[in-house]
Amino acid sequence: MNLFIDAFAWIFSPDRLEGSLTLPMAIAQHLAFTFGSVAIAAVIAIPIGWLIGHTGRGREIAVFLSGAARALPALGLVVLLVMLAGVTLKTEAAVTAFVVLAIPSILAGAYSGIEAIDRTVIDAGRAMGMTEWQILFRIEMPLGLSLLIGGLRSATLQVVATVTIAAYVGLGGLGFFLIQGLQTRNFAEVLGAAIIVAALALVLDGLFALLARYAVPRTTGPRVRRTRTEPAPLPVAQTSH
Amino acid sequence: MNWVLENLDLIWALTVDHLRQSAIAVVAGFVIAVPIGWLAFRYTTLRGTVLTIIGLLYTIPSLAMFILLPAVFGFPALSDINLIVALAIYAVAIMTRSVTDGLGSVDEVTRSAAVAVGFGAWRRFWTVDFPLAGPVILAGLRVTAMSTISLATVGALIGVQNLGYLFTNGAQRRIVAEVFAGVVAVVVIAVLVDLVLMLLGRALMPWSRRASAPRTTRMQAAHA
Repeated sequence: MNLFIDAFAWIFSPDRLEGSLTLPMAIAQHLAFTFGSVAIAAVIAIPIGWLIGHTGRGREIAVFLSGAARALPALGLVVLLVMLAGVTLKTEAAVTAFVVLAIPSILAGAYSGIEAIDRTVIDAGRAMGMTEWQILFRIEMPLGLSLLIGGLRSATLQVVATVTIAAYVGLGGLGFFLIQGLQTRNFAEVLGAAIIVAALALVLDGLFALLARYAVPRTTGPRVRRTRTEPAPLPVAQTSH
Repeated sequence: MNWVLENLDLIWALTVDHLRQSAIAVVAGFVIAVPIGWLAFRYTTLRGTVLTIIGLLYTIPSLAMFILLPAVFGFPALSDINLIVALAIYAVAIMTRSVTDGLGSVDEVTRSAAVAVGFGAWRRFWTVDFPLAGPVILAGLRVTAMSTISLATVGALIGVQNLGYLFTNGAQRRIVAEVFAGVVAVVVIAVLVDLVLMLLGRALMPWSRRASAPRTTRMQAAHA
């Protein structure tokens, strides 16, 4: 347990506020990369996801893409894009990699949120004479919000982990201390940075859990209960449209 | 391209290492996740807490996990064991929920019928609940296998030999083909393993497709 004492000593040492990369700066960089990439990915993926969810077209492609993306190694993608783009465009290349990794979860969250809505609710809206836009904005968007937030949550956590790895190509962030410490065998530094990265991920996860609780409109019992006890349905079992 | 052809031996050796590490982790994760998933299913009061805590493990970024584990458990950080234990923890984190969900998807009537016919708890689990939960558990296993194979590459940063080595070595030597070959190799073996698991599932669980059909009609009936 001495290791942990050393690690906390490293974290709270006044040296962390000096030098070319201070600890608060690294945390800020890490968060900026994470939120920036997730925001770009959201701008791309949410409209497409809603389109797929609303029209029911292109589902197979979306399912295939999110499946294939799981197999894509984050480290390899970052290294490859940075090498192809060259040193001058290093940041842009790395952010592109983060965006690529964030898109599938957000896309899946957006379209599955709409798919999970009871069809009768949407049909009722249509029967009342709502336009397709009204159905999208007043029914599908609010009711699909909880799964969309779930998608944003997994995308964010994925990017936090990938930004950590991306320090390998010299991107800064909290991973900088991990990589530097591994190279110089400074175990207090490595462990201290690992603790902060893990804590950061857990805090973000908690924030998304709160967001999901307060931002989502309360729906009637049965629908919520059904989504909870029924397993994440197998693609074959989903029947919308 | 030349680089790939000249280094097929290396790529093959790394692939074998990679598959060995991933396979051990996924199998270990599966074996651990089944009893935990069953507990979470059986004791409803525990379910939320257990699944939340286990889910939290998955939020810990991989590189941090590779460092924290050896510090907590005292094994060497730069070793295969460290990577395999970390990957197994992630596998448990994904699989447990599928096991619980899978057991939850078994029709209550079927379960009662097994009890009525005189099946004990142990025999009922292995011959009724577990096989019927199989399709859902398999879906979780496929996700686990894919993400484990891709996550294993991060092990290269802590000096473990697997396909991730092509990324670090390629970056240092500035060989784009090497990094590209690594990405392709990882995706290809992940997709192949996924395919094998899918075919195995079809062969071992011929009821999985039949089982999904009535569920569809039931859902449609509920919506009609």
